[in-house]
Amino acid sequence: MTEFLSDRQWLWGAAALYGAGVLLGTVSLLRGGRTSGAAIYGAIALGYLLQFVGLGLRGHATGGCPLGNRFEIFQFTAWSAITLYLVVGVTFRSSIFGVFTSCLGAALTFVSLSIPSWDAIRRTHIFGGNPWIELHAALAMFSYGVFGLLALAAGMFLLRHYSLKSKNLGGWFYFLPSIMDLDHIEVRLLGAGVAILTAALGFGYVYWSRDTSTVGHFKLASTVAVWIAYAAAFWLRIGGRLLARRFAWTCLALFAAALLSLEAVEGSRHPAAAPAAERTTQ
Amino acid sequence: MSEPCLFVIGASHHKAPIEVRDRLALVSEDGFRADLASVPGLREFAVLNTCNRVEVYGVGACADTEESVKAAYCARQRFDPAKFERIRHRLEGRDAALHLFEVASGLDSQLLGENEIFGQVKEAYAAAKARGSTGAVLNRVFQKAFQAAKHVRTHTGISAGRVSVSNVAVELASNIFGSLAGARVLVLGTGEIGEGTARAFMSRGASGLAVAGRRRERAAEVAGGLGADMVDFDERRARLADYDIVVCSTSAPGAVLEASAIAEAMSRRPARPLLLIDLALPRDVEASAADLQNVFLYNLDDLARIAERNRSAREAEIARCRAMLAQRVDGLWRQVEAHLRAASGAGPRAGDAGAARQAAPM
Repeated sequence: MTEFLSDRQWLWGAAALYGAGVLLGTVSLLRGGRTSGAAIYGAIALGYLLQFVGLGLRGHATGGCPLGNRFEIFQFTAWSAITLYLVVGVTFRSSIFGVFTSCLGAALTFVSLSIPSWDAIRRTHIFGGNPWIELHAALAMFSYGVFGLLALAAGMFLLRHYSLKSKNLGGWFYFLPSIMDLDHIEVRLLGAGVAILTAALGFGYVYWSRDTSTVGHFKLASTVAVWIAYAAAFWLRIGGRLLARRFAWTCLALFAAALLSLEAVEGSRHPAAAPAAERTTQ
Repeated sequence: MSEPCLFVIGASHHKAPIEVRDRLALVSEDGFRADLASVPGLREFAVLNTCNRVEVYGVGACADTEESVKAAYCARQRFDPAKFERIRHRLEGRDAALHLFEVASGLDSQLLGENEIFGQVKEAYAAAKARGSTGAVLNRVFQKAFQAAKHVRTHTGISAGRVSVSNVAVELASNIFGSLAGARVLVLGTGEIGEGTARAFMSRGASGLAVAGRRRERAAEVAGGLGADMVDFDERRARLADYDIVVCSTSAPGAVLEASAIAEAMSRRPARPLLLIDLALPRDVEASAADLQNVFLYNLDDLARIAERNRSAREAEIARCRAMLAQRVDGLWRQVEAHLRAASGAGPRAGDAGAARQAAPM
């Protein structure tokens, strides 16, 4: 059946299912009932499966991990965040985290699918058959997925904090996890994200150190800046110097900055390393 | 032989004030069950006995059997039947089933949407089933009532939020700390409301509880009653950083916890939030403490407002819950009615509730 649908059609299907997760959650919250954890988890899991097929087809066509343009990077980031949610999401008592995750998945996939220019040209064989570069790229993008989930947890923390300070516990604030639970989640996600990004940069360094001309300065600087910023946030949080609201706002700001840095990564690919490019049909 | 019917007869908080309910509560449920077992025409029965209601759900020849059940109950409780007649409720057929659905869902409770009643109805049914006094009809009706109650609680806001001040305080703490198992609670003051709130925290698993009062003897008494440690009242500021939740209910004329003392305590535990529940009038905690990072301050008015808002939100759900339950009862009742019709004339003899066990399941 995979040959009957293009990779983008599979990815549209995934986006629709993530959107359905948001819709399911929003409707049940507006109706005052509890969110249906199983239904939302099911929608996300099915969307994940469709995205997996779509990205798989794309990877098969491009001859490697599909990270050849902004569209693919956004799709891969969403896929990474959902992967992590599917693994750890069940441990959350409240299915509201599923609603937020659906929201992130839907936003990243819909935005990337809706801007055709992001996928107008895609690069094939971008890793030149070097599995270490591919691992570096995949891990780096996976860490962005983790940071995406971290941003979600931070957003939920700020909402819970607002509800407690404003003394408004009703409505859908009722379904948010506790301040401490969210804080623990944030710290764990930040630690995991920093560790994965560190490993990604480590693998990248091995490749880069052999020939420093293969990576543009702008890409190098922005990637290292993102890593330093997240590592510093982690260090300050562990040291008790970046806490509560400030910590949550920092996590949100860093994720926005990390997404913006993808522009630098995308725009500064070194000509020497430029792989074959092909125009996509949409 | 007349067609058997499902009925409920009993009294509840709706018509019986607390002093009457004291006399209505069954002391010996087993004794009453034995009385009911010998009531002629009563094929099945279950007794629900809580602090707010005593009800008998039965299957039998309607009017006659209900009268016999009432007589047995009044005799056991030594309660004037004429007085009971004025406070009792009595429903038959579909209405009786709908009543059970509403009771199990907490719609008929004094504290609308409360969860405890669900467990009490389950216990009542389990006890009746264990003694063999339920049959095809009551088994079906009770099981469907449990399903309906779960559905209503899951899909509406009838049980959302807390509706008493102490439970609102506990819910607040849960919203901050999640599990209260590791939360340490300091009670400042020895008033009844503070003690009640401390008990609510303990019932939710709060571990380290300490009491500090301006009158040392009374504080020791309260601490002893709660199984808590005692803290010297004059050390309250120095010890503040050791606690996650502070419940204040002193009758001091001014603030006993100043914002500066709280800020100092927070500097020693910046990563851990502090919940201050000020139940005192005049207030025990300086209002500006609410502006401190990671400090959450709630006074009596705040808690009462949240409880009231939750109560209103629950009330707004009643119509939706009733519609859901009515729909489910209609589906059930078609089956029960058919069963009762089929059973008429061919069912077990009157006065033998045990024979109900042999009735064919629906």
